[in-house]
Amino acid sequence: MANKKYEQLNDLINQHLESFEIVKTKHNTNFTLELKKEDLVAICSLLKETKALNFSMLIDLCGVDYLHYGIDDWETTNATASGFSRAVQKNTIIPDPDEEYQEKRFAIIYHLLSIEKNWRIRLKTFTGNENPPTVQSVTSIWGSAEWFEREAFDLFGIYFDGHPDLRRILTDYGFIGHPFRKDFPLTGNLEVFHDEAEEKVKYRPVSITNRPGVPKVIRKKKNS
Amino acid sequence: MADSNNLTLNFGPQHPAAHGVLRLIMEMDGEVVHRVDPHVGLLHRGTEKLAETKPFNHSIGYMDRLDYVSMMCNEHAYVLAIEKLLEVEPPIRSQYIRVMFDEITRILNHLLWLGCHGLDIGAMALFLYCFREREDLIDCYEAVSGSRMHATYYRPGGVYRDLPEEMPKYTANRFISKSKVKKLNYNREGSLLDFIEDFTERFPSKIDEYETLLTDNRIWKQRTVNIGVVEPERAIELGFTGPMLRGSGVEWDLRRKEPYEVYDLLDFKIPIGLNGDCYDRYLIRVEEMRQSNLIIQQCIAWLNKNPGPVIIEDNKLAPPKRKIMKHDMESLIYHFKLFSEGYSVPEGEIYCPIEGPKGEFGVYIVSDGANKPYRLKIRTPSFVHLAAINEMVKGHMLADVVSVIGTLDLVFGELDR
Repeated sequence: MANKKYEQLNDLINQHLESFEIVKTKHNTNFTLELKKEDLVAICSLLKETKALNFSMLIDLCGVDYLHYGIDDWETTNATASGFSRAVQKNTIIPDPDEEYQEKRFAIIYHLLSIEKNWRIRLKTFTGNENPPTVQSVTSIWGSAEWFEREAFDLFGIYFDGHPDLRRILTDYGFIGHPFRKDFPLTGNLEVFHDEAEEKVKYRPVSITNRPGVPKVIRKKKNS
Repeated sequence: MADSNNLTLNFGPQHPAAHGVLRLIMEMDGEVVHRVDPHVGLLHRGTEKLAETKPFNHSIGYMDRLDYVSMMCNEHAYVLAIEKLLEVEPPIRSQYIRVMFDEITRILNHLLWLGCHGLDIGAMALFLYCFREREDLIDCYEAVSGSRMHATYYRPGGVYRDLPEEMPKYTANRFISKSKVKKLNYNREGSLLDFIEDFTERFPSKIDEYETLLTDNRIWKQRTVNIGVVEPERAIELGFTGPMLRGSGVEWDLRRKEPYEVYDLLDFKIPIGLNGDCYDRYLIRVEEMRQSNLIIQQCIAWLNKNPGPVIIEDNKLAPPKRKIMKHDMESLIYHFKLFSEGYSVPEGEIYCPIEGPKGEFGVYIVSDGANKPYRLKIRTPSFVHLAAINEMVKGHMLADVVSVIGTLDLVFGELDR
């Protein structure tokens, strides 16, 4: 039943988006289109306006930072030769503001839903190596994108071109940095304390060290 | 007339009607609201980033703390997402247990909402009545998980343990006499299921009590009818889900449209509104409590008849039984690996939504094949609903802002994450 529906959706997408360069993947019932960021707004408005597809709702929008993707903390294959690297924190490199990003570092994920047709789709686009990472805003297509884009800007530092009011949303007033980037330490950079002598609340660099509790391990299935 | 009589007013973050830590900057013209700018994030704890540094199972407890009035529903979305990535199916009994507790949670959430919404608008007594019923349901949480709020009861592959055969009982002490204790324990003599069944029999008459207080109450209607009206097209455009969307007359409920667990085997109705105002959303939530009550009754009937396992027997996901572990080396190794390293989840990404009490609660997991999620994104209904507050209160009076905040059913634990 569900499969038939997604076959139909697949056909419709082939039909309506044939002029665009897209990569399709399917996992369970999750259907993903990876697209070039130049085509984003055109494809989004097509997905919404085409009556046969009818993606009337933007359910979710979020950023992903692929910096440490597939990198584990613990060698599981040849660990005995070099000893365990357990609980050793990788050196955190302070990000260079003019750094050119890897091509596939920041992605933006859109989850769309069609209430009339009852199907979902996921769009994925990489921002490329430009710094700051920038992508076109979809606020003119879906009203719900406004806060989601503010959130992605706040947490990942992704700029949305054409957003009416791109401000921080979740972090504190005057916060520095973008906390959900993988090169932002879990402990943060600054802590707040009360200065007894000056009798006021001030900031200072964090006094706790960042230590992983359980190391990240990637284990492949034996039969694959 | 001078047009410079606009006033900027700060509302919250410490305001009893702000339902937590909401700060609103309001531009007022006299008592009419022109623009509202919500400042959120005062409860931002970085749950998603924390979860990325911990094995999958360690974060189940964080889910409870997101929407801290619908705890088990949040766990449900997270656990389902992991199960889908692992491609495992929990035993049918655990699916019924989950559905039953989801509906208990829905009643818990709606009772708190009703009580607080009533209190905001001036119906004082209601708050006390709602909390009286909540108490019984929270006792169910305690009986099943040991915790009254943050249960951590659902696990990938099932639930932590089977429903207890005995309900915890009151004991006599110097403040409560033996005869009083006997009265208090009258519905606690049997199993947890008997206790819940007793509750479901009593509960509809309690809902009638709330309704006699509110539904035809003149003041209640004056405060809610035609306040915060959202047209159906606009509600879809703004990404509304749950009672907020159904209040505008769009029939959309994930329990029916994309059934998960055993919802497709259960019989229930989905109430929808006509006008999309605060009053309709109130009626919908009250009706949802009645429907949840019916679902719970169906689950109890099934659970009483069908004993069985409640968690899968794959020791890579679920700990082996303690008794076996004492003499079986392999089980001991499984136990050690599960609790020290966790389990690795195949590479992939998944978005898994459930129908939470407030709307669509979705969990998006990107896994790179590790024992921790590479990226966890939690899609919470409150966040989307609050984003629309400016539109909903524009042109209304200051006092109506309180009604609208109430009707949005905000919880800052999940809004700020």
